[in-house]
Amino acid sequence: MSDLTVKLPGLNLKNPIMPASGCFGFGKEYAQLYDLSQLGAIMIKATTVETRLGNPTPRVAETASGMLNAIGLQNPGLEKVTEQELPWLEQYDVPIIANVAGTTTEDYVEVAKKISQSPNVQALEINISCPNVKQGGITFGTDPNVARELTRAVKEVSAVPVYIKLSPNVTNIVSIAKAVEEGGADGITMINTLLGMRMDTKTGRPIIANITGGLSGPAIKPVALRMVYEVSQHTKLPIIGMGGVTNVDDVIDFLSAGASAVAVGTANFVNPFVCPEIIGQLPERLHELGFDSVEQLVGRSHRL
Amino acid sequence: MIKQERMQVVKQQQIAHQIFELTVQGALATEMAEPGQFVHIRVADSFEPLLRRPISVASIDLEASQFTMIYRAEGRGTGLLAEKKPGDTIDVLGPLGHGFPIEEAEKKAYLIGGGIGVPPLYELAKQLNSRGIQTVHILGFESKQAVFYEEKFRELGETHIATVDGSHGTQGFVTHILNELPTDFDTYYSCGPTPMLEAVQWAYPQKKGFLSYEQRMGCGIGACFACVCRTTKSETDYIKVCSDGPVFPAGVVIS
Repeated sequence: MSDLTVKLPGLNLKNPIMPASGCFGFGKEYAQLYDLSQLGAIMIKATTVETRLGNPTPRVAETASGMLNAIGLQNPGLEKVTEQELPWLEQYDVPIIANVAGTTTEDYVEVAKKISQSPNVQALEINISCPNVKQGGITFGTDPNVARELTRAVKEVSAVPVYIKLSPNVTNIVSIAKAVEEGGADGITMINTLLGMRMDTKTGRPIIANITGGLSGPAIKPVALRMVYEVSQHTKLPIIGMGGVTNVDDVIDFLSAGASAVAVGTANFVNPFVCPEIIGQLPERLHELGFDSVEQLVGRSHRL
Repeated sequence: MIKQERMQVVKQQQIAHQIFELTVQGALATEMAEPGQFVHIRVADSFEPLLRRPISVASIDLEASQFTMIYRAEGRGTGLLAEKKPGDTIDVLGPLGHGFPIEEAEKKAYLIGGGIGVPPLYELAKQLNSRGIQTVHILGFESKQAVFYEEKFRELGETHIATVDGSHGTQGFVTHILNELPTDFDTYYSCGPTPMLEAVQWAYPQKKGFLSYEQRMGCGIGACFACVCRTTKSETDYIKVCSDGPVFPAGVVIS
C-alpha cells in the first residue's frame, strides 16, 4: 500500500490533497456530499477582520478551459469565522489551513493572531495575492520588501506555522519567495489566480463587474507548474502547489515539479467530488508509476 | 439530497425557436422534491466548456425516475447539450436549491412566467392542481416562434399568452395581461427575467408572492459566492441564488 502521508510544518496530512481557499467556502456545502475527514486538509475561505460584502455581480465569467472570478473576499468576518465556522468544522478529523486577508498590515496581524488560536487551525495561509480587491491583497505580494515585512509581522503573532500564498502576477516570483523565506515563512502556497479579462463581444464591455478577475482552471496549470518548479529550486520552504488541478495526474505533475502537497480549486465547481476521487486514485497511480510514497515524488523533476 | 449521476437521455426535441425539451432517467430524479429546483449539468466530458450549466426542471415523473428540462440553446454549452441523443448519458448534479413552496397557496394562484422562466411553472402548476389549487397561467414570450407548452398549461387551467411583437396572444409583456385580470387570487409564483419579476412585485404589493431569480453561477451549491444578491433582510449579508434560492419570497431580493 502506498504511503500518502505528508509531513509539513504544522501539518500531518493523511494525504496531500486539499481544497483550495475560496473554492470550498467553510466546508458546509461539500459536507452535504461527502465526509470531509477524507481530505488531507481544508483551506477555508479568506477571512478578514470585518464582514466583507465583496464585489458587485457578475462575479464570474467562463473562459477557454478556465474561469475568471472577482468575488472580492466576501466573508462573514473574523468573529463569525472563529465563533461559528471553525467550531462547526471541528466535527471532522481534518486540519484547517486558515486563509488570512486584509487591507493593512494591522488587519493581517489581527486576523492571524486570533484565528491561529482556533484549535483546528494548524497553519495559516497569508493571502498576499488576491487580485480582486482595491486595497491590500496583491499589493502585499508584488514587492519583495513589503512581502518580507508582512511575513515577519504575521509570524510574530501566529500560534501556528505560516504559509504565504504567492501571486503569479509578478515579474520574478522567485524574488518574492526568497523574501518571504527571509521574513520567516514556514511554507509557500502557490499560485493564486492570474489577472485577466473577458469582454462582452456585442457591447464591448467587460463581463466581470470588477472589470478584471482572476483566471483559474486547467488553462493556468502550465504557468503554475513552471512557477512551482522555479520556486522549489530556489527556496528550502515546502510548497503546497495549485493551479488548474483537475485529476490525479495533475497532482503527480505538481509533486514532480516540487510541491509537497496539492490544492484543488476550480475543479470542485466542475466535479464536487473531485478531491475524494483523486485521493482514491492516488495509491494506484503511485504504484503504476513505481513509487511507494507521495514523498518520493516531491521534486522528482529536479533530479532527472 | 444532492446527487451526481450520469443520467440516460430518454428524449430530446426542439419545441420552439431555440427551445429544447430534454428528458433524462436515473435515480437522481427520485430526489426531486419541489418544483423550481434546478440541476447543474456538465455538457462535455472535457474542460471546454469548463463550468456546469444550471437548467430548470419542467416536469418530474417520480415513478419512471425521469425528469424533463426545458432550456434555450443559445451559447456554446447549451448548444452542446442540444446535441445529446437518446442513449447518451449526461453528468447531472442535483436537485439544487429551494423551489416554490406549494403549501403557501390556499385556493387560487397566479403563475407568471417569462421566456425560459416558464418551464419550472409547469411542474408547479401540476403539483398545485393535484392539491386542488386553481391555477391561472400568464406567460410571456418574445414572439410566436418562441412560445411553448401553451396547450399543456391550458389543460391545467386558464392560460394567457403575451408576445413582445404581438405575433401571438396579447402584444406586450405579462404585466399588460395582469392589468386586465381580476385580483381574486391569494398567492402568486413567478419566474423570468429580473425586470419582469420587479414589475410583478410592483403589481401585487399586497399579495403573497414567490419569485425565482437568475444569476451567473459557479458551483451551484453555495460554495463559490458568485451568484449573490443584496437582501432586504440584512445590510451586511448577501443571499446566494443557487443555494438560498433560486426562489425567494417577494420583497426579499434587492435586484
